[in-house]
Amino acid sequence: MTENTLKDKDGFETMYLNMGPQHPSTHGVLRLGLVLDGEVIIKAEPDIGYLHRGMEKLAESRTYQANIAMSDRFDYVTSMNNNFVTALAVEKLLGVEIPKRAQYLRILMAELNRVVNHILFFGFFAMDLGATTALIFGFREREEALELFESVCGARLTYNYFRVGGVSRDLPAGFIEKAGNFVKMMRSRLKDYDDLVTGNVIFQDRSVGIGRISKEDVLAYSLSGPVMRASGIKYDIRKDDTYSVYREFDFEVPVRENGDCFDRYMMRMLELREALKIIEQVLIKLEPGEILAKVPKIIKPPAGEAYVRTESPKGELALYLVSDGTANPYRLHLRAPSFINLQILQKILTGVKVADVIAILGSIDITLGEVDR
Amino acid sequence: MGILLDEAPYILENFPGGGIVITSADWFINWSRANSLWPLTFGLACCAFEMISANMSKYDLDRFGVFPRPTPRQADLIFVAGTLTKKMAPRLKKLYDQMGEPKYVISMGSCSNTGGPFYDSYAVVKGVDKVIPVDVYVAGCPPRPENLIEGIKKLQEKIKKDTIKNNGRAKIFK
Amino acid sequence: MDAQKYLNEIKGRFPGTADAAPERIKDGVPALLCPAPFLFEIVKYLKAEGFNYLMDLCATDYRDSLEVIYHFCALETNVKLTVKVRLDREKPELASITPLYPGADWQEREAFDLLGINFPGHPDLKNLLLPCGWEGHPLRKDYSRKPDQYD
Repeated sequence: MTENTLKDKDGFETMYLNMGPQHPSTHGVLRLGLVLDGEVIIKAEPDIGYLHRGMEKLAESRTYQANIAMSDRFDYVTSMNNNFVTALAVEKLLGVEIPKRAQYLRILMAELNRVVNHILFFGFFAMDLGATTALIFGFREREEALELFESVCGARLTYNYFRVGGVSRDLPAGFIEKAGNFVKMMRSRLKDYDDLVTGNVIFQDRSVGIGRISKEDVLAYSLSGPVMRASGIKYDIRKDDTYSVYREFDFEVPVRENGDCFDRYMMRMLELREALKIIEQVLIKLEPGEILAKVPKIIKPPAGEAYVRTESPKGELALYLVSDGTANPYRLHLRAPSFINLQILQKILTGVKVADVIAILGSIDITLGEVDR
Repeated sequence: MGILLDEAPYILENFPGGGIVITSADWFINWSRANSLWPLTFGLACCAFEMISANMSKYDLDRFGVFPRPTPRQADLIFVAGTLTKKMAPRLKKLYDQMGEPKYVISMGSCSNTGGPFYDSYAVVKGVDKVIPVDVYVAGCPPRPENLIEGIKKLQEKIKKDTIKNNGRAKIFK
Repeated sequence: MDAQKYLNEIKGRFPGTADAAPERIKDGVPALLCPAPFLFEIVKYLKAEGFNYLMDLCATDYRDSLEVIYHFCALETNVKLTVKVRLDREKPELASITPLYPGADWQEREAFDLLGINFPGHPDLKNLLLPCGWEGHPLRKDYSRKPDQYD
């Protein structure tokens, strides 16, 4: 880069600061190139691709079912939601009807994973701002949730639970009771979270008014999910462009007005409560029944294409899937919310202080696996 | 400890009773090295979350003396937790080179062992051992924290068999 | 006003635009196949008509040609629309829509990187995901990788 030779208004040279790819707070292998005038950022350029694994190309040489297993690794914090969108897209091409119980189980898992994602966000965001205890709190609750996942599908992180036409296995004995206890426990722990972090003066000083994103920028940069709703746009794909059986559940779409780091944090904490509400409703509504629709052993959807969007914890997670009638997809493109949300960094980092970079980056909540694919 | 590790053992060996001094020094140095492994906070992909889980309260790596450091200059262990891509490989090499001797590498998960589910990708290095030497391979996609702890204990066993006559690992890989 | 009406309006305004094989599209969103030179004008028109959200931009290699697909959504009315452009495989070139939708920035760079589509008008068109100096475009169907130092 040639920015090293930039001069500020007093004639001093600017400094080029390289952040990452190995940095404890860049949430993986993101690299940020920052041009500094003293402590103020003049230009910020994210450099991604350090985790580019070529998954879209690999998808073309895997079967549809294998692609669901692959989708676990897109955004490894929200594997269930990735499974969800992949299964939905294949089903759209196939045109199959999913049994009721499978629909409920899918929503149960997707919302549990939303809880896990937001707990992790809480931990990492607070740690980025200096509160290490919050991370330990977050991981404590996460382990409880992972035990639930483990009892259902045997894995802690890469679940591969969804199948084309349903889910792979039914709930184990005692799951409903355990999940109910988890929801109750989570509600009481949320009070601890609020006492420890939300009301904390230092935390508020570091996050209120930092990294404002305006409504116009949200639309221009196609931001989605909590980042979008924190800036005052009430749009949730689960409500406004509904899929699966989300319309049967009663939940609110929280919205905040300021669009700063604190609002983006609050959005997650409010959404977490809504997700718990949905989990409770699913647990009550669950009825015995089939969990897998009748689909052929080798899935060969008719030639065609579909764009299927879902609301993942990070934002609009969508899949553009093209089939040419064979057993492998012709083209699979993931509309990754982290990838699109991250673009705004170039704009909002200009003019902020170095110390706030971590706060702003943390509040957008990215996973590099999904950014680079 | 340059002179102690490089020259002293070979001089000592020639004196009567020198062997006893060497083995006693071996025991003490290996004991302290094995029980204060400081890893670099460095996560590449999915496995990083299991690595962080292992560091948190439930699995608590602190009880083995494993305490994460944010800079390679203070670290003597690196967990390669996740897929190593061709864009990242030179950076990993650079990080590894910045670490002081003796240094150890644990390759965590299928991706860093062999390329894992991405073995046929155009952008993935098929195994981190193509870039840096590896001491312990931990299998799994991703490995559970228990597996990682097992890997650390295996590494500790390996360290405890080391002798200053080898100058740690330095001589082996020079 | 639903998406079909916009389609008819565009077809009247810009000669050469046509419906893109509706039997192929399984998600029920109407799609439009438009000639490359008109793309910028059509997108400009769509933005003025309230399609304020670019959901996705991606490209596909169909062996005889490349296809760039734009998914638009109007958030207020929830009307969705797809615009497709077919490009020549030898010298693919398409006007950048970053002046209208800054969010297209990285998505266009990704298409440039992985499929080799050139977007004149893009402020900073360079490699995004692949390392500098990478040869070839991996998402093209005829891509074959040369062995390198890691093999």
